[in-house]
Amino acid sequence: MSPNPPTRIVGTPQLRKEGVDKVLGRAKYVDDLEREGMWHGATVRSSIPRGRITAIHYGEQIDWGEFVIVSAADIPGKNHIQMISADQPCLVETQVNHCDEAILLIAHPDKRRLPGAVASIRIDYEPMTPVLSIEESETRQHIVWGEDNIFKQFHLEKGNVDAAWASAAHIVEGEYRTGAQEHLYIENNGVIAEYNDVSGITVWGSLQCPFYVHKSLMAVFDLPTEKVRVIQAETGGAFGGKEDYPSILASHAGLLAKKAGRPIKMVYDRMEDLAATTKRHPSRTRHRTAVDKDGKLLAMEIEIATDGGAYATLSSTVLSRATLHSTGPYVCPNIRITSRSWATNTVPSGAFRGFGAPQSIFAIERHMEQVARAVGLDSAEIRRRNFLHDGDTTATEQVMTEPVILDTLLGRALEISGYEAKRQRFAHDNPHSTIKRGMGIAAFFHGAGFTGSGERYLNSLAGIDVTCDDRVRVLVSSTEFGQGTNTILTQIAAEALRIAYDDVIMAPSDTSIVPNSGPTVASRTSMVVGRLIERSGHQLIAMLQESAGLAETYTTADFFASCERYRELQGKVESLCRYEAPPNIFWDDQKYRGEAYPTFAWAVYVAEVAVDMTTYSAEVTNFYTVQEVGRVLNPTLAAGQIEGGVAQGIGYALYEKVLLKNGHMFNNQMTNYIMPTAQDVPPIAVHFEEIPFQYGAYGAKGIGELPHDGPAPAILNAIQDATGESFAAIPLLPEDIFTRMAAIAFDEEPLTV
Amino acid sequence: MSATWSQIQLVINGHATNVEAPPMKRLLDVLREDLGLTGTKEGCGEGECGSCSVRMNGELVNSCLVPILQANGARIDTVEGLAIDAELHPLQKAFLECGGAQCGICTPGMLMAATHLLARNPHPSLDEIREGLAGNLCRCTGFVKIFDSVIAAAAMKGVARDAR
Repeated sequence: MSPNPPTRIVGTPQLRKEGVDKVLGRAKYVDDLEREGMWHGATVRSSIPRGRITAIHYGEQIDWGEFVIVSAADIPGKNHIQMISADQPCLVETQVNHCDEAILLIAHPDKRRLPGAVASIRIDYEPMTPVLSIEESETRQHIVWGEDNIFKQFHLEKGNVDAAWASAAHIVEGEYRTGAQEHLYIENNGVIAEYNDVSGITVWGSLQCPFYVHKSLMAVFDLPTEKVRVIQAETGGAFGGKEDYPSILASHAGLLAKKAGRPIKMVYDRMEDLAATTKRHPSRTRHRTAVDKDGKLLAMEIEIATDGGAYATLSSTVLSRATLHSTGPYVCPNIRITSRSWATNTVPSGAFRGFGAPQSIFAIERHMEQVARAVGLDSAEIRRRNFLHDGDTTATEQVMTEPVILDTLLGRALEISGYEAKRQRFAHDNPHSTIKRGMGIAAFFHGAGFTGSGERYLNSLAGIDVTCDDRVRVLVSSTEFGQGTNTILTQIAAEALRIAYDDVIMAPSDTSIVPNSGPTVASRTSMVVGRLIERSGHQLIAMLQESAGLAETYTTADFFASCERYRELQGKVESLCRYEAPPNIFWDDQKYRGEAYPTFAWAVYVAEVAVDMTTYSAEVTNFYTVQEVGRVLNPTLAAGQIEGGVAQGIGYALYEKVLLKNGHMFNNQMTNYIMPTAQDVPPIAVHFEEIPFQYGAYGAKGIGELPHDGPAPAILNAIQDATGESFAAIPLLPEDIFTRMAAIAFDEEPLTV
Repeated sequence: MSATWSQIQLVINGHATNVEAPPMKRLLDVLREDLGLTGTKEGCGEGECGSCSVRMNGELVNSCLVPILQANGARIDTVEGLAIDAELHPLQKAFLECGGAQCGICTPGMLMAATHLLARNPHPSLDEIREGLAGNLCRCTGFVKIFDSVIAAAAMKGVARDAR
């Protein structure tokens, strides 16, 4: 393991940059902001999953003269919100494609008058038959998107799968399903918009990607780049849920602001946020696997289907990541993967921490458990025999050129969890107890940064400047929403410039001030954007040494004095750097081959569970994580990412179920959409192995999404260890365990008359 | 309209305050809209998430479920009252140092719940902390660093100091 180079600030638990404001309650989230003369906006939504609008009736009891009303006819530019395809309207004209789709917008000075007015509007429809599941979409009986209901498909072949089956000692088949999941950031989506004909549109919002919103507003309002300004307010959690949706909400508030001639605030309440905004893609994955008598993988045939909802949004890129993670961290000579994302008449599925990987890793890691049982190997050994190692190739023929230490991670995970001893103890105790305990393993990887050529296309620009009052500012569009962007990037800048952490601040997250360093997604901020800040720091030092008299060694005072000399000469002190791909990284979009990711984070997780055979509830009693994420830049924040991701993964596995009724989420409240509480999250052990990645900031790889990938399969593997029953779908609720156990009991003890 | 409004007297973070508001207006909205105390957050509006937690006469309440008339004459403590001048309350210091706050939206409510817990039980066990914070949801931290923060604060001097 390469030792980390010595650093002063990187690698230390620096305090969260905006932490004091947060603990004092002074941090300003969008709902804490007011603008002079501000009104409030609300949305009138569809109540059917598919059909055509035939008439709109405005309630007669409402004095509509007090309100401003916006429909699709008021859109000055294009009526679409484009992520990848231009298929999703900003406001419905006539064709409704999912429940809770926005049709009209209304505004009033008193927000308490809005719910009654929204409720008074009655919309008549000519209903059409909706498609509400992957299976219904696959029949193509009703075409609801494009020519074939398919947003995107991938086909990937390596070796010769068909020739492998004959020589197999065992062929194992399985089908695995994952449900939708809601991000459940505690702060709902919200924005404030202002519009005037001279300066254009300004939006303050709870959002991840200021330039995504910027691009959408330019299209909807037909405005040039300089007349659109997007400012991120403090953001109360996102997890992918504020990647694409804020573009819609900002457009809505902007349309009302333009028509009303006033600032408009739109902040969703929880029921609206749950019903109308994106969720994780539901999935179905089928595996057919050939292994030899020793359990070595000979062939993997994988078929993935995801439910993309009504519009394309990010479904193609989510599907790509699902596809590229579907083989797990294993080496196999013959692979065939077919994956499709299907259109249905439900709210569009979107980005959510892991972005397709949690779905396909759930499938492969549950499936490997069944392969182990077929071969007669234990859960650890089947994985050990098939792990990728340095020099092996993945499904896309990417050669593992960096160290892959899965064996070390597995060994460490078994050791810190007391795996073997606990398994033996549980096997001894379980027959005599109504509480069945078990241990489960998941081994996995997560590609860091954008998939394939994504980073080349983004071509991110980021850097630093120095203000007249002697502060270094980090200039990025990468946003803070709890994960630690502010802290990590200022640590990196301070390290590179050899000044104190407190001398570096973040520039306002405002598109009129900062360059486009890309969206805050894909676990790319520390690794990719951080690297740009590191390079910008070194570049600034070189600039100051060359033309402003900065010596080889310097004090903080020397540094800022040199900056002032540079300012007198050049007018400003600024250093920007543009993305450069690591060498030997090439991805072929056409052939879907090559270096899918510049590097991977690796992990082995162990879940310890207790299943109560009286109540059928499954509880995670301990959780152990061992991961290699490159250099850890801030140990407190890094551990916080892992613990938070594991907690979300536990919710994904055991609690969180989105219930749809005719395409509408009807458990759209925190009362009945259940996330883990302080009493549900077990002790979580976090252990890092560090192998610095040469092309990440101070050796960093991506970290944020990784921890959501492993918990669900580890937990269901542990439940299988505890109960002997193999469950293939999440969320796995007590009623699901009850149904299975009751069916078994019924079979074993038939009623006698 | 104001004929149906009520005159409400409150002691907010130690300061006597009068407001005029519809009797069913939520305490949460009075704090945020009428008094400008936006540290208290709304997460769900139905008493599930605890983001709007404040202390009313020493009891922990969800301010989204309290009609302002019910709070008439009450002593209300919010996150804004925790720090004395520039000095952070031990819990605020511990949340900052232990990583108990990530996105920060649950933090004010979590701090009030933790203050309430430590006021009744200055040295809680981990199970007592889990129970004491069970009404406050955090989606970022997985709660682990929040527990660490409460344990660290309990070991600091002056933690039992009530919110004023």
